[in-house]
Amino acid sequence: MKIKQVNLTIDGNAVTVEEGATILQAARQVGIHIPTVCYMETLSPYGGCRICVVEIVNRKGQKPFLDTSCTHEVREGMAVDTQSPRVVRTRKMLAELLVASAPNVKIAQDIAARMGVTRVRFPMENSSCILCGLCIRMCYEQMDGKALGFSGRGIHRQVQMPFRTRPETCRLCRGCDFVCPGVIVPCEGTKDPGELCGRCVRLDDLPKCCPQETFGCFCERNPL
Amino acid sequence: MDVRTVNDIIDKYEGKKTALISILHDIQDRFHYLPEKSLKKVARRLEMDLPEIYGVATFYKAFSLTPRGKHAVTLCLGTACHVRQGPKILAEVRRVLGIEPGQTTPDRQFSLNAVNCLGVCAIGPVMALDGKFFGEMSPLKARRILGKFQKKGNGGRA
Amino acid sequence: MKKIRSAAELKQWKAQLLSGRKKSDKIIRVCGGRGCQAYGCQEVKKAFRQELRKQSFKTPPILKYTGCRGFCERGPLVTIQPGNIFYQRVNPEDVPLIVSETVKKGKIIDRLLFEDSKSGRKITTAQKIPFYRAQTRLLLSQNELVDPTRIEDYVAIGGYASLVKALFRMAPEEVVAEVKASGLRGRGGAGYPTGQKWENCRRAEGSPKYVICNCDEGDPGAFMDRSLLEGNPHSILEGMMIGAYAIGSNQGYIYVRQEYTLAYKNAEIAIRQARRAGLLGKNILGSGFDFDAETVRGGGAFVCGESTALIASIEGKVGEPRSKQIHTVVKGLWDKPTNLNNVETWANVPRIIQKGSRRFSAIGTEKSKGTKIFSLVGKIKNTGLVEVPMGITLKEIIYDIGGGPQGGKAIKAVQTGGPSGGCLPASLFHLPVDFDSLAQAGSIMGSGGMIVMDEETCLVDVAKYFTRFLQEESCGKCLPCREGLKRMGEILDGLTEGKGDPESLSLLEELGEVVTDASLCGLGKTAANPVLSALKYFRQEFEEHLQNKRCPAGVCLPLIRYAVSAETCTGCGACQKVCFAGAIAGEKKKVHQIQVALCTKCGACREVCPTQSIQVQSGGRS
Repeated sequence: MKIKQVNLTIDGNAVTVEEGATILQAARQVGIHIPTVCYMETLSPYGGCRICVVEIVNRKGQKPFLDTSCTHEVREGMAVDTQSPRVVRTRKMLAELLVASAPNVKIAQDIAARMGVTRVRFPMENSSCILCGLCIRMCYEQMDGKALGFSGRGIHRQVQMPFRTRPETCRLCRGCDFVCPGVIVPCEGTKDPGELCGRCVRLDDLPKCCPQETFGCFCERNPL
Repeated sequence: MDVRTVNDIIDKYEGKKTALISILHDIQDRFHYLPEKSLKKVARRLEMDLPEIYGVATFYKAFSLTPRGKHAVTLCLGTACHVRQGPKILAEVRRVLGIEPGQTTPDRQFSLNAVNCLGVCAIGPVMALDGKFFGEMSPLKARRILGKFQKKGNGGRA
Repeated sequence: MKKIRSAAELKQWKAQLLSGRKKSDKIIRVCGGRGCQAYGCQEVKKAFRQELRKQSFKTPPILKYTGCRGFCERGPLVTIQPGNIFYQRVNPEDVPLIVSETVKKGKIIDRLLFEDSKSGRKITTAQKIPFYRAQTRLLLSQNELVDPTRIEDYVAIGGYASLVKALFRMAPEEVVAEVKASGLRGRGGAGYPTGQKWENCRRAEGSPKYVICNCDEGDPGAFMDRSLLEGNPHSILEGMMIGAYAIGSNQGYIYVRQEYTLAYKNAEIAIRQARRAGLLGKNILGSGFDFDAETVRGGGAFVCGESTALIASIEGKVGEPRSKQIHTVVKGLWDKPTNLNNVETWANVPRIIQKGSRRFSAIGTEKSKGTKIFSLVGKIKNTGLVEVPMGITLKEIIYDIGGGPQGGKAIKAVQTGGPSGGCLPASLFHLPVDFDSLAQAGSIMGSGGMIVMDEETCLVDVAKYFTRFLQEESCGKCLPCREGLKRMGEILDGLTEGKGDPESLSLLEELGEVVTDASLCGLGKTAANPVLSALKYFRQEFEEHLQNKRCPAGVCLPLIRYAVSAETCTGCGACQKVCFAGAIAGEKKKVHQIQVALCTKCGACREVCPTQSIQVQSGGRS
């Protein structure tokens, strides 16, 4: 049975993918880079960090809107802009919010550096969890641990084990640690507590370590 | 905690997943909070994972995982009540009871809740005591009603 | 109650009920709504029952409860027939007099009548009261005629006749066409054309299909849906059944928010009675159509008013919205086609089927047909539920029906659409109220909440209030909504303390735009509206806070102080008696003074001062 092909344009480039593919998958197919935080290829897409938003026009003449490329499925005739002013402005603010909340989580600093955030206008906190939910999805979808979940809501949302105790179903597989972006701290740690880093982008002060394969690093050399 | 009661409650709703919130309401009505054991039982009988049940129990504001007081003092924080001096009444109640919204007095007599609209906006600002609504409140009126209630102890209408 | 098995039997039942009704022309109706309950209507009804037994009558008058009449501030409300005499603020102590004078002799007790604030006249009947007279109470008027816990009352006024017409004289496609032609748009806030929604659901593949009634009504300040579901639950059921027939569904859910305990109870009673009467279940009235309904209770979450979150809640999950790339009419409850409509939307359906789409669309504007119920509350004289044709102006609602400001201060703004809407200044009160006009001005009509604000309402405080509300109610999934609202809240907190920097206001706007653009669901997408509209129309208030550390409305506690006016203070000491902080100094008969350092601005002193000598000051020197 032939799988239907869908034609769309991303940044002006014509792309043809299988029906059911997401915009992110289509973009990667033609080498267009869209930054992500809460997305991991082997897990279901979540669409919580909103960093991967793109501007979408479904049909000519319709009002363009933003949606996360990791969850939005392609449609025939769709036109996608991954770098429109609206997208860039949004991503920049999201990066600023992310790094203000978790400056010692490497990916927050990476995204901020990538988006050219030069100052943080909010009081810096120091959370080690960015609520990306990767650990929960890893636990449920790949490791069948059923041990982690979100609790609370709104600004009080947290990732927790029920009643703060490890349930019997947890096999200590450490899958959650493996995928957690918060486990990886900025290259040399931030110079000052709660600092906006960005050293790997500002070439005047290149850090000694520059791991090419570090999860989430957005150096041009990274295949992601 | 009486396991039989929890089982009865689940039976009443035929163990349906749609009734999860109703089941939790009934358990809370009976025990004044959601005991850990009861949630584990619900997870088992409804064939749901414990993190899911825990997530639901902590997501919805109606539920408490710690024992609530005998009497529930509920303040309405709706917009209509807010523009009619609602915050001043909340401040007064906090002072009289000595606790913040979501907390229970040390003697376990009173629990204070702040709710985002009770739906009787025309008679705002509203304070509810054990389900009985008092409309057109003011800081002094709240002080008097709570004082009377505290003196009478159990029951007794203000 | 025996089971009704055909349309003819339903007609018979109605005829029986009408003829069987006691031949008394004397009817006493006591409003049983939640608001009146708070004011003791149950005791009033009990008093009537006792008094009617005591005093003798040739034919005993009929005593009934009715559904919520929407004028709760004046409750308990009692109407006496003959004469349609309307009494308000009735106490149990008034009852013996009412029975002996009004019920027995038709004499009117003046002090229980409504007094028109403008003319000072007493008004006898509800229709003449400006609050009611200017309304078009097509839906709410039914509340006054039924006891919501008695299906017989609903049948007696013609209930379920629309269902009969749909089941026996119309094909499902015709029902859809009729609702489409009426122009009915969703009353929950989004205003999507109802008929189109039904058609989309009808066309969707999959089975079984579901219909849902959204009674989550989380908008603070709105209680239209409470009044409808609580006061006339059968009308909702009938609407749902007609919709289910049109779409091809056999199962319905009524989702009621946790705080609406009476509405939930009345809905359950209605379902039970409908089942007993054979109006719910298999082969309804012999038509071959099966339908049953269940109530589902909420857990206290505003976000569950959003359709995908509501559906998740019914499925026993947390109320986390999902993307609407694929609409709920295609994949909703348990991934099946689901048609979700608001309470008021469903309530309009029986009337459209019974009287026809043309009658319905004769009212309203070109794009917004029919009547809409608004909850007019806040700093207004006549608060309550207002049902008016769409297209009426804000000014007419606020002044003609609402009676203007309460408390003598000028009306500054009106907030519409709940936390998804915005604040509109008095200069825009000429705008018509419908689905589109308010949106252009930066607010929305929303589900109908209309909160009137006066000079003593601080718009910075209002912006902070809504942001704090949304922070707590957000599900927390999306970074922009969760973190963005948090940071907006921080800036607003600072402003109410007079803190901030020159960039604070533009940073608020920048954050607001990103929250709007990047959020997944309706809550996040509209979360910035209250702040952005307040900034748009009341920027000078924000700047006063920021630059001059002054709150013009006298609300923001860190920026105000209480002071005794030396000119009017009589030294009576009433304030000292209620001040728990001991902040008021002064001897008897001498002007008192408030020690600012000790004063917590609780407001108790202002409440009791007989000469209103305690003023609120802000900014500058005292």
